[in-house]
Amino acid sequence: MEISNLPISPSIRSKLLSKGYTSLSSLSSISPSFLAQELSVKLEEAVEVLRAVSDTTTSKSAHTPNGIIPGAVTAWDMLSEEQMQRHISTGCEDLDAILGGGIHCKEVTEVGGVPGIGKTQLGIQLAVNVQIPVEYGGLGGKAVYIDTEGSFMAERAYQIAEGCIYDILDKFPSNSREFLSCKERLQVNNFLAGIFYFRICSYTEQIAVINYLENFLTEHGDVKLVIIDSVTFHFRQDFDDLAQRTRVLGGLSLRLMKLSKMFNLAVVLLNQVTTKFTDGSFQLTLALGDSWSHSCTNRIILHWNGNERCAYIEKSPSVPSASAPYLVTGKGIRGINSNFKRARIM
Amino acid sequence: MANKLISQMGLPPSLSHVFSARNILTAKDALSLPETDLMTLLDIDIALVRSAVASISEATCPPFQTGLALLEEKMKSGGHLSTLLPGLDNALCGGIPFGALTELVGPSGIGKTQFCLKLALLAALPECYGGLNGRVIYIDTESKFSSRRMIEIGEGSFPQIFRLQGLAQKMAERIIVTRPTSISEFNDSLQQMKLTLLQNEVKLLIVDSIAALVCWDNEKGTISSRQSPLRGSLSFLKSIAEFSQVPVVVTNQVRSHSSDDTFHYIFKGHRKDTSNSERSESHLTAALGIQWAHAVTIRLIFEAHSGHRFIKVAKSPISPPVAFPFVVESSGITLLNQEGISVAGSEINAIRCKGCNILTQ
Repeated sequence: MEISNLPISPSIRSKLLSKGYTSLSSLSSISPSFLAQELSVKLEEAVEVLRAVSDTTTSKSAHTPNGIIPGAVTAWDMLSEEQMQRHISTGCEDLDAILGGGIHCKEVTEVGGVPGIGKTQLGIQLAVNVQIPVEYGGLGGKAVYIDTEGSFMAERAYQIAEGCIYDILDKFPSNSREFLSCKERLQVNNFLAGIFYFRICSYTEQIAVINYLENFLTEHGDVKLVIIDSVTFHFRQDFDDLAQRTRVLGGLSLRLMKLSKMFNLAVVLLNQVTTKFTDGSFQLTLALGDSWSHSCTNRIILHWNGNERCAYIEKSPSVPSASAPYLVTGKGIRGINSNFKRARIM
Repeated sequence: MANKLISQMGLPPSLSHVFSARNILTAKDALSLPETDLMTLLDIDIALVRSAVASISEATCPPFQTGLALLEEKMKSGGHLSTLLPGLDNALCGGIPFGALTELVGPSGIGKTQFCLKLALLAALPECYGGLNGRVIYIDTESKFSSRRMIEIGEGSFPQIFRLQGLAQKMAERIIVTRPTSISEFNDSLQQMKLTLLQNEVKLLIVDSIAALVCWDNEKGTISSRQSPLRGSLSFLKSIAEFSQVPVVVTNQVRSHSSDDTFHYIFKGHRKDTSNSERSESHLTAALGIQWAHAVTIRLIFEAHSGHRFIKVAKSPISPPVAFPFVVESSGITLLNQEGISVAGSEINAIRCKGCNILTQ
């Protein structure tokens, strides 16, 4: 890295260059007081400059299993880790199956669809399902629900939590001692208390909350899911400069990806649709543009297939593209083949 | 929150001085720029920029609530405006929800304004009669508001109340009608409303119809074709609804559905589905496009076919897809069937208008 790429303020950089320090090696054996005198800056500022230089040149003393690149892990370690990873069930067995178990942690998944197809329903279902205790096959974690449109209805979350608990107790009727303690935790109010809800009214607040999440997640270490419903709304309303919008969105997606890896949680972004002119006609596509479509690890599109609701995996690094039908019932998202007596469409 | 001043956020004085010197005064200005741009603009190093952005973000971020707290709040405040149509109220878990945008869309003459008039009356009624005991702001863009018709609805629905001396006048005095003639006037009245909604105990806001505003601007040719002129007003309307927790009801028009409108996803390929194109000829579609359709929380479609009129709950986070047949009488809208007819699949989004036109019978 050259001096021009160091993360220091422009005026100090120009002073360094004007004094003839053009490469990092020229700064390697200089004391802070000498540098301060040379550049006529304060001692603290000189210390900062030298620290920035040393940060970029010395290797970090992190765990280096292969000794080649600090901070890297081998593919085998990643595989073992992935196999131990639990997934968040969506409520529909077919959809879980094509996703490879459910929504993955440490990844950013984008879900888009036309209005009324069930994006918010899926969001609320995931916020409930992430809280299923580990003994029953879930993650036992909490959820952060960032609502930009006001579509989260607490009464619906109550219905979905109730339906989820009912189905768990139905599936695991065991009364053994280890299950008894979990059963106490299976209360609808507990599930509702485990959803942290932020209501965002502008894109500034959206950027602020994503920046603030790092502190929040450090404090609340049991959060395993972050949902943003929807990530598009405010960015379509007031942003006039599209190039700036792309840059800001890029920054947001990088930050979300970093959060998901750092705290080992799943990030789910709900997106809207728009029309795009390709191949001579208008086609439906997810909003926010082509650059945004690269930012997410996985992409699921919810659409109507005749009279059925279907989920189509458009993009995923680990599972093939496939479609699965699902239902939105009174108890939440369920599969087509779930017991018809219970999966009654209202 | 976006316009919170950086100077009031408790940053160290040297830092906030640097921000104001470069004219970055509000949180919005600071957070819209990537960190590297800020670093170049303010001439400070990256670590300082990061900690400043973190503090600004923490100060701008709204406080969180748990789902449980939300539910308890809703239970306390009632949360719904009952329409006095039992089937519809059941489907909507109580009625028109507070704090959310409800849209009524349908062909002209089907009964949307009648529905709005009845809602206005219901909100103005005292609580002992099932109302919200508050004022109503009725934004009438097509000059359709008729006080005489509203009093007629009142006398038909609550005969014993309306014969009481002076009650009709008291109710009518609570309903404030405004007639903006352009989008800018509409935006101005929204701005003024934000401050006075709580002070003046306004319990319902009706916009009838919002599509008409867009049509006027279209005629003047002042907008580009791709971006909706309602962008700013839309999020503002939503934030007013949230902020003051009043129900906001908006009426929308329809336009005809050409075959170009059946958009498909790229992965579905170009399938020429003949059955679809047959149906689409008789379909209408809601005006204002797909962006508006995403933005409303609840969409009630008014349509007519097979000689009857129906109210369909097309988009709602808490309701199943059902349709209720209705008629318009002197006492307003009445449902013919309280259980509703379940509608499967994407039929729920279709708008039809057959069989209610006198010329075709």
